[in-house]
Amino acid sequence: MSVEVPTLASLQAQGKKAAVVFWVGCAGSFDDRAKKITKAFVKILNHTQTSFAVLGTEESCTGDPAKRAGNEFLFQMQALQNISTLDSYGVTKIVTTCPHCFNTLKNEYPELGGHYKVMHHTQFLKSLIKEGSLKVEGGSYKGKRITYHDPCYLGRANKIFEAPRDLIKKLDAELVEMKACKTKGLCCGAGGAQMFKDAEEGDKEINIERTEQALDTQAEIIAAACPFCNTMMTDGIKNKKQEDEVKIMDVAELIANANNL
Amino acid sequence: MGYLPNFIFLCLLIFGGGFFTRNILRIKRNILLGKEAGRNDQKSERWKHMVRVALGQSKMGVKPVAAALHLVVYIGFILINIELLEIILDGLLGTHRLFAPLLGSIYDFLIGSFEILALLVLIAVIFFWTRRNLVKIERFWKSEMKGWPKRDADYILYFEVVLMLLFLSMNATDALLQQQAAESYIKAGSFPVSQFLTPLFEGLGLEALILLERSFWWAHITGIIIFLNYLYYSKHLHILLAFPNTFYANLDSQGKFSIDTDIKREVMLMLFPEKAATEPESSSPPDKFGASDVFDLKWTQLMNAYSCTECGRCTEVCPANQTGKKLSPRKIMMDTRDRLEEVGININVNKGVFEDDQKQLLNDYISPEELWACTSCNACVEACPVAIDPLSIIMDMRQYLVMEQSAAPQELNAMMGNIENNGAPWPFSNQDRLQWINEK
Ligand code: SF4
Ligand code: SF4
Repeated sequence: MSVEVPTLASLQAQGKKAAVVFWVGCAGSFDDRAKKITKAFVKILNHTQTSFAVLGTEESCTGDPAKRAGNEFLFQMQALQNISTLDSYGVTKIVTTCPHCFNTLKNEYPELGGHYKVMHHTQFLKSLIKEGSLKVEGGSYKGKRITYHDPCYLGRANKIFEAPRDLIKKLDAELVEMKACKTKGLCCGAGGAQMFKDAEEGDKEINIERTEQALDTQAEIIAAACPFCNTMMTDGIKNKKQEDEVKIMDVAELIANANNL
Repeated sequence: MGYLPNFIFLCLLIFGGGFFTRNILRIKRNILLGKEAGRNDQKSERWKHMVRVALGQSKMGVKPVAAALHLVVYIGFILINIELLEIILDGLLGTHRLFAPLLGSIYDFLIGSFEILALLVLIAVIFFWTRRNLVKIERFWKSEMKGWPKRDADYILYFEVVLMLLFLSMNATDALLQQQAAESYIKAGSFPVSQFLTPLFEGLGLEALILLERSFWWAHITGIIIFLNYLYYSKHLHILLAFPNTFYANLDSQGKFSIDTDIKREVMLMLFPEKAATEPESSSPPDKFGASDVFDLKWTQLMNAYSCTECGRCTEVCPANQTGKKLSPRKIMMDTRDRLEEVGININVNKGVFEDDQKQLLNDYISPEELWACTSCNACVEACPVAIDPLSIIMDMRQYLVMEQSAAPQELNAMMGNIENNGAPWPFSNQDRLQWINEK
């Protein structure tokens, strides 16, 4: 199925506006696994006839990895340029599939002059259901055992624990929790720019520890809501040679699949 | 003898109080070596946060048994201070159980409840000691807890035992003296716990009893004054600092890291020179980005260090620490305090000015290896019962490493180079941002 993805520039050329901007993020644009999540989310947006647009080639890294790595200068360079782009289109509302983009846009851009209503895609999907434009039934996920991994920048940092869980419950799936979840959720190991470097010396990789906790739940699917967590958990599952038994899926992919999109 | 005891007591109070005040002023001075933190907003939210987290101990509940016992010791500590007021007045005025005639049967009730509390405190302390030394809960045995921190934790437990036993023995001998209608030992108080100690003292003569009762009384108050002054050297400073520390805590979302406004001005100048003119000129241009020593941290971060209880809840949940990396958020806080103390002593010795000692927090205490192991997951911040933020110190120090020393790990330099050149942490062309649309 092909997808409709207007850019803000193309809409503006036609004198049109979008109700919400989908901030795709670098992982969502370039990482092979994350691109699938991006596509699944867009399919839902198309299916629900949501008025949206992307920035396309005008989007640039939010600066989050630079900031967490300690390069405040580079972060602000990125942020101020992005704010200038967003403001030139008069953007007021943003949705993103990446908790890191979400956190930075929502919490750190305002002090630099960028004020937007920012939503994570799990919150956005929940609102689509509430409005009635999206219907979700279990379909192939009915009764499946699913565990959910809280991304640090969605959960602890922004206290969004329920939106993704509510979506999973809508699938009539059996949601099982890991021993460390919600405020106590264990990091996947990617945050704080760790994604881009080797770990310091230790006796274990963090993603392995987390994958073990997930496998302990005997779930068939590990649901994630962050492209980086997805990568880390996928690597963990491969390391444990469980990739045939257990799947790592973004919540958006679950919803899209359940609707046969 | 006349007024000699009153005089000695007054000296003890002045000496103990004076020493305590001196220490508190030193802590205050050291904390204020830090930079402005801008935490004077949202006063009512701050009060609520303090009442909830410090007074209400809301963060302790994660470990219910420890929470309940900690609460006992905490309430015991506060309530027994009421008794302390009477002890001080008795000492100064040369009276005995001054409040008894004033309060009547309420007095009996109060003394009785204090005794029960004292017993509960004893039970709690035994439990705490067992947990620490016999069960050997892991977080109490990490490498940063070797030596003084371990001894400090035990000392305070022994201290509590001694104080409680002195209090109960004092009451036991007092009760016997009341029975014998000894002069000035008025009939007052109820002794539900210390009655079990009285058999130890039965059969002693009046004089011996009085001597013992007075000894217990003096030892008890002296012990309390020593305890008060011991705080400064101990992790137990948290019983005082937990209050301001939770008041001035970060109330924003944990994901929001502070924005450097000096950098903002520079970036604005580069990108939008026309708009930058409207930015407020900073009073003093920064001489340094990030933090390599305690002077570069904010005063709230320094107060954090003094407030740390060394409980290790942060380290216990730290993903880096759990997987065997060197990083321990508790050690970050302990190192910050140790360095700050070292700086403080330097200032004391050099009559109020800090003489460069060729040391700093970075490298001499905290290594880059520890700093780079952090995933910025905020688990430590969430777990801390007194609202300490170890992550903010880690981030400030990373900022120093990157912006002042260009000392990031090689892969991170590559990542940042990519962001600078093509707007993504990977080496992809920005022109390909929409490629995913056409891929299967
Ligand atoms: S934020 Fe850093 S120090 Fe704190 S728990 Fe997470 S990894 Fe450990
Ligand atoms: S920082 Fe907080 S959680 Fe960590 S040891 Fe200190 S008091 Fe405990």
